[in-house]
Amino acid sequence: MNTTNGLQASTAFQSAGMGAGVWKRFRKHPGAIFGFIVIFTLAVSTLLASFSPYDPEISNLPEKNTAPSLSHPMGTDALGRDLLTRVLFGGRISLTVGLLVVVISLVIGVPIGALAGYYGGVLDSALMRLTDSFLSLPSFLVLILLSAILREVEAPLFERNSVLTISMVIGAFGWTTFARLVRAAFLTLRETDFVSASRALGGSDLRIILRHILPNAIGPIVVEATLEFGYAIIEESGLSFLGFGIQPPTPSWGNLLSNAQEHFTKYPWLAIFPGLMIFLSIISINYIGDGLRDAFDPYKVLEKVGEV
Amino acid sequence: MATYVLRRLIQTAGLLALLSVLLFALVNLAPGGPLAGQGQSRHIDPAKVELLKRQFGLDKPLPTQYLVWLIGNDWMQVDKDGDGALDSYGTRRGILRGDFGFSFRTRQPVLTEIGQRLPNTIYLMTITMGLAVLVALPIGIISAIRQYSLFDITVTTFSFAGQAVPEFWLGLILILVFYAWLKNPFTGGPLLPPGGMTSTGSVGFDLGDRVLHLILPVATGALGWVAWYSRFLRSSMLEVIHRDYIRTARAKGLKNWKVLFRHALRNALIPLVTLLALDLPYIFGGAVFVEILFSWPGMGRLYYQAALDRDYPILLAVLIIGAGFIILSNLLADIVYAYLDPRIRYE
Repeated sequence: MNTTNGLQASTAFQSAGMGAGVWKRFRKHPGAIFGFIVIFTLAVSTLLASFSPYDPEISNLPEKNTAPSLSHPMGTDALGRDLLTRVLFGGRISLTVGLLVVVISLVIGVPIGALAGYYGGVLDSALMRLTDSFLSLPSFLVLILLSAILREVEAPLFERNSVLTISMVIGAFGWTTFARLVRAAFLTLRETDFVSASRALGGSDLRIILRHILPNAIGPIVVEATLEFGYAIIEESGLSFLGFGIQPPTPSWGNLLSNAQEHFTKYPWLAIFPGLMIFLSIISINYIGDGLRDAFDPYKVLEKVGEV
Repeated sequence: MATYVLRRLIQTAGLLALLSVLLFALVNLAPGGPLAGQGQSRHIDPAKVELLKRQFGLDKPLPTQYLVWLIGNDWMQVDKDGDGALDSYGTRRGILRGDFGFSFRTRQPVLTEIGQRLPNTIYLMTITMGLAVLVALPIGIISAIRQYSLFDITVTTFSFAGQAVPEFWLGLILILVFYAWLKNPFTGGPLLPPGGMTSTGSVGFDLGDRVLHLILPVATGALGWVAWYSRFLRSSMLEVIHRDYIRTARAKGLKNWKVLFRHALRNALIPLVTLLALDLPYIFGGAVFVEILFSWPGMGRLYYQAALDRDYPILLAVLIIGAGFIILSNLLADIVYAYLDPRIRYE
């Protein structure tokens, strides 16, 4: 049994075809399974939100501020809109922002880290100084400034802090971890024998980077991407809570909480449910990240690339 | 070591210079320009805007403006009355000489504004983080010593949850429970105040009143830190406990507590101390959400208000000073690390 596991573990770090071993170990992490089920259910429910009998944005004043009941499981807000419907539509936005931020951070961070680590020298120092300067900024304060500025912009796609704008703002600061991680992996992996072999066989730099080095660094990247997904959701709801993120009437978990502030002592459900959703999704994502970390065993990967 | 610190300080200066260019460009290329916050929603006459632009020197090319922002304009002629002709020497001294300009909103010097808010934030944040460390220490240590015990499992689960609770939600829930729901059994009023540093209208220094006003903001701010520090300490303690020298210490017949506190803990604390050094900038930047939720007149709220008003002089000053704090605390962390762990040598 032990040998089999060891074998799987070692093949996992040598080729990109590691799915089975990772999945097997991921499955044994109860927290990760819990997280996965929660996020999956949440994602499906937000997609089904369109079938809700209530409209998320049109007010229905006769039913304003009603407590949770069978017809309105989370109650209604000050304009009589069904809170559950709004929370689900808000979830759609939060999850979309999370995904977009991960994609944007990867698209910026991975090439920067790969180029810096693979070519080294002047290019490396220049790219790393750039990364350092981003890391030296109080990032959430800059996010506030950026979204405050962009809130006034009226361009197609960027209208009033759309999902895309907010994702780009958050992504503009999310890539640094990926750049450092990928660079560290590339620094060591570029010296390995299989890279020299590929080069001797006439493999181009692009082929070596994409085909030989990157797949070996995939474990830490996936773990970090999961955690970034969570940070992005927290940051988006934080910005929206402050009024700089997604603008009402479009619901997002953050602006739902922000709206609740005024009368939440009288209508507590307005404050409880949206926050509960943020909490549930973040804890689930963190558990998934934890499970993936164990599954990929990045200690082994990182030891190999010299991070630890 | 001295040369190392000197080299790092020079790098810091370079990094700050780069950041100052980035931030300056960001504000000046923003739609509406740096005057977007001037006059707020009230309509300004275009002729007045031109006048203001000349008076503020905004008609100059951007590099010149940057230079003025950096080193001031008291060495050059400016167009003070805005009539298009240079008439007198400027009065700005530049951020390098500590002149961050005037707040658009209050017309006060930016440093005066910061000076009024900073003590309140330092007061809140040192108590929050100090308390977080004090609570996290025993939790992390016991958790590691009794790994997989009921205590450890409970605490680990709670700290996992603690890291997932958004501050702005926790604050609302705490206000709901301790202000709206729970009543003071003696007065019948709310159990805890919902915000502010002191009761309105209170005179003089009242310690009890101060403490009451601290409980909710500190609890809101500290939970995440407790979770983070205790998890961190647990894992660094676990790592140390399994080292050879701990086994040697045990083999020599040392008492258990001596092994744990003299040998294990001292080494496990090194990464935590470094981490604390890295987190120092939060004492300057404060907790935006806590300060807003609990009407705490600190840096976080100053920044938030400035962002609402597009009060660029304040925003830029907080960002630049904040970045300076971050870079210096990185340096401090490295120095502390080398000092505590003699194996670390910087060349």
